Amino acid sequence: MSVLVNKDSKVIVQGFTGSEGSFHAQQMIEYGTNLVGGVTPGKGGSSHLDRPVFNTVAEAVQKTGANVSIIFVPPAFAADAIMEAADAGIKVIVAITEGIPTKDMIFAKEYIKNFDVTLIGPNCPGVITPGEAKVGIMPGFVFEPGRIGIVSKSGTLTYEAADQIVKAGLGISTAIGIGGDPIIGTPTKDAVELLMNDPETDAIVMIGEIGGNYEAVASEYIKSTGNKKPVVGFIAGQTAPKGRRMGHAGAIIGGADDTAAAKMKIMRESGIYVVESPANIGETMLKALKGEPISA
Amino acid sequence: MNIHEYQGKEILKNYGVRIQEGIVVRNPDQAVEAAKRLTAETGTGWHVVKAQIHAGGRGKGGGVKLAKNLDQVREHANAILGMNLVTHQTGPEGRTVHKVLIAQDVYYPGPSEPKEYYLSILLDRAKGRNVIMASTEGGMDIEEVAEHSPEKILKEWIDPRVGLQPFQARKVAFNLGLEGEAFKEMVKFIQALYRAYEDTDASQFEINPVLKTSDNKILAVDAKVNLDDNALYRHKTFEDLRDFNEEDPLEVEASAHNLNYVKLDGNVGCMVNGAGLAMATMDIIKLSGGEPANFLDVGGSANAQTVEAGFRIILKDPNVKAILINIFGGIVRCDRVASGVVEAYKNIGDIQVPIIVRLQGTNAEEGARIIDESGLKVYSAVLLKDAADRVKEVLA
Repeated sequence: MSVLVNKDSKVIVQGFTGSEGSFHAQQMIEYGTNLVGGVTPGKGGSSHLDRPVFNTVAEAVQKTGANVSIIFVPPAFAADAIMEAADAGIKVIVAITEGIPTKDMIFAKEYIKNFDVTLIGPNCPGVITPGEAKVGIMPGFVFEPGRIGIVSKSGTLTYEAADQIVKAGLGISTAIGIGGDPIIGTPTKDAVELLMNDPETDAIVMIGEIGGNYEAVASEYIKSTGNKKPVVGFIAGQTAPKGRRMGHAGAIIGGADDTAAAKMKIMRESGIYVVESPANIGETMLKALKGEPISA
Repeated sequence: MNIHEYQGKEILKNYGVRIQEGIVVRNPDQAVEAAKRLTAETGTGWHVVKAQIHAGGRGKGGGVKLAKNLDQVREHANAILGMNLVTHQTGPEGRTVHKVLIAQDVYYPGPSEPKEYYLSILLDRAKGRNVIMASTEGGMDIEEVAEHSPEKILKEWIDPRVGLQPFQARKVAFNLGLEGEAFKEMVKFIQALYRAYEDTDASQFEINPVLKTSDNKILAVDAKVNLDDNALYRHKTFEDLRDFNEEDPLEVEASAHNLNYVKLDGNVGCMVNGAGLAMATMDIIKLSGGEPANFLDVGGSANAQTVEAGFRIILKDPNVKAILINIFGGIVRCDRVASGVVEAYKNIGDIQVPIIVRLQGTNAEEGARIIDESGLKVYSAVLLKDAADRVKEVLA
């Protein structure tokens, strides 16, 4: 099964003909993603990368049956693009765009509640189900197919985790880059829940960072399932100072609950295999799969 | 983006939020002139001299003083301007004061007792909505209030579809225990404040204290205003509010090169692609026995130019004893990054500190070979573990 995207996903690209959109659309096609077309307002009727271009998402959905959209639209127009995709009946929206104003995302997140849709991102690397579909900007070759799910706020740190999982002799079912913004469509807990309920996923890597309470909520959920599947967790930013934004708009320590230490504590108490060093994700997963006690 | 109290108050005033009036000045002569003008305009007898830096706790640090006459205005302005103000938010190194706000005295006697309150507006990330927080414990650090008496913090969440409703403003004002004229004033104050927050794309307003004066006016005595960096393109005039004096010079230089750099006080510099991996790399430095000297995300395109700019900035920090470059090559190929590192190294010439380059991902082995064969004092690593071990070695 895997989650969110698979070989049957029909994917369109919003911001198809822009430089980012074009580059990554080409990469996704080469990976084997079923990319059925794209949207660039005003360029409808033309063709790009041997795929049709549409003026609206609604038209793209009607003509191609698309059910997944990936967004490369510039920040000023990205929230609008998210709402357009939801309105057109897209089921999974992956918003790559970094730098969307928070106010726009508050409105967009509220708006899409009216639809049966899952938003991943914004400010994320996307979603990949190895061997089936890559709907994102990640280097596909790092992700070998397998039975470990990954949920992460970060891009390159996701690749790092996947690489360690693969070098440990394992593989990835689906990797979900949820994004590093203060407001994202699918918080950590929702993404973990998808993988918890996925019969093709045996264990989960959960990577968070300073700021917000998503990891705490996810930890409580994991505990409430009776730790049905082992989870290996890491929080980036143990050495980050208070009050400074560390790259991601959401990565800032405001209160005591935002710190890496506080999050790691809750994760440990919830039965998660917490690694202090991001270099130990792979080997800890092997221990977790053997059911070894949590001490690390 | 952080801005000064006087800038924040100016924004609030434009939206009809009543503020403690003031005039910002740069020297004692101007301070005296400003005080005279304020007396003429507001009738204030006394004045408050307030240091303008981007940090809280200014009063405790000696950066806020009451002046009962013009001589004292001059005296306090003279003492505060140019001082190195240390507060719990500046860190031990403190911050030089370049500007002071000469403000009217709003704690004058009258028919009722003045009383301080706390008000803030910010994003509740868990709910995806803005929240107004209010407390009767004005003037106190809200985190302390939250810890010791959380029941004293009122919260009112705003439905984005309809915005702040009048009943919500009334609820806050009533629950703060206000009545009569002061109640009406507070309702207006909250509504105007929220309008300002929405319109300016703010990411935080903290008004601490909000004062009920002895004649039942409600006004902002202080204003901590943060603006959403991602929305600055919609507010061109806000660019002028940026004060480079408040930023670390290396951070200013980095931002000119589009590098995401935060100066820290450790001994191992780092340069990484991606914010999450950059934080994780800082953590590895710490676990290897060092302390991170910075956060630096070079972004998606780690080429020779960005690497060289990053090198130059890290090397300007005299505390740096080693540099760890950690690149996970995805779209960007490791052999290209390696060539970029070698080129940048040669351009800079004399680099006295050991450099560890960890390249992983696309063409990682080839990248490592380029580093090893360069003949430079650069150590290569492929696994994150190896990089950590190298850091330990060079610090030993």
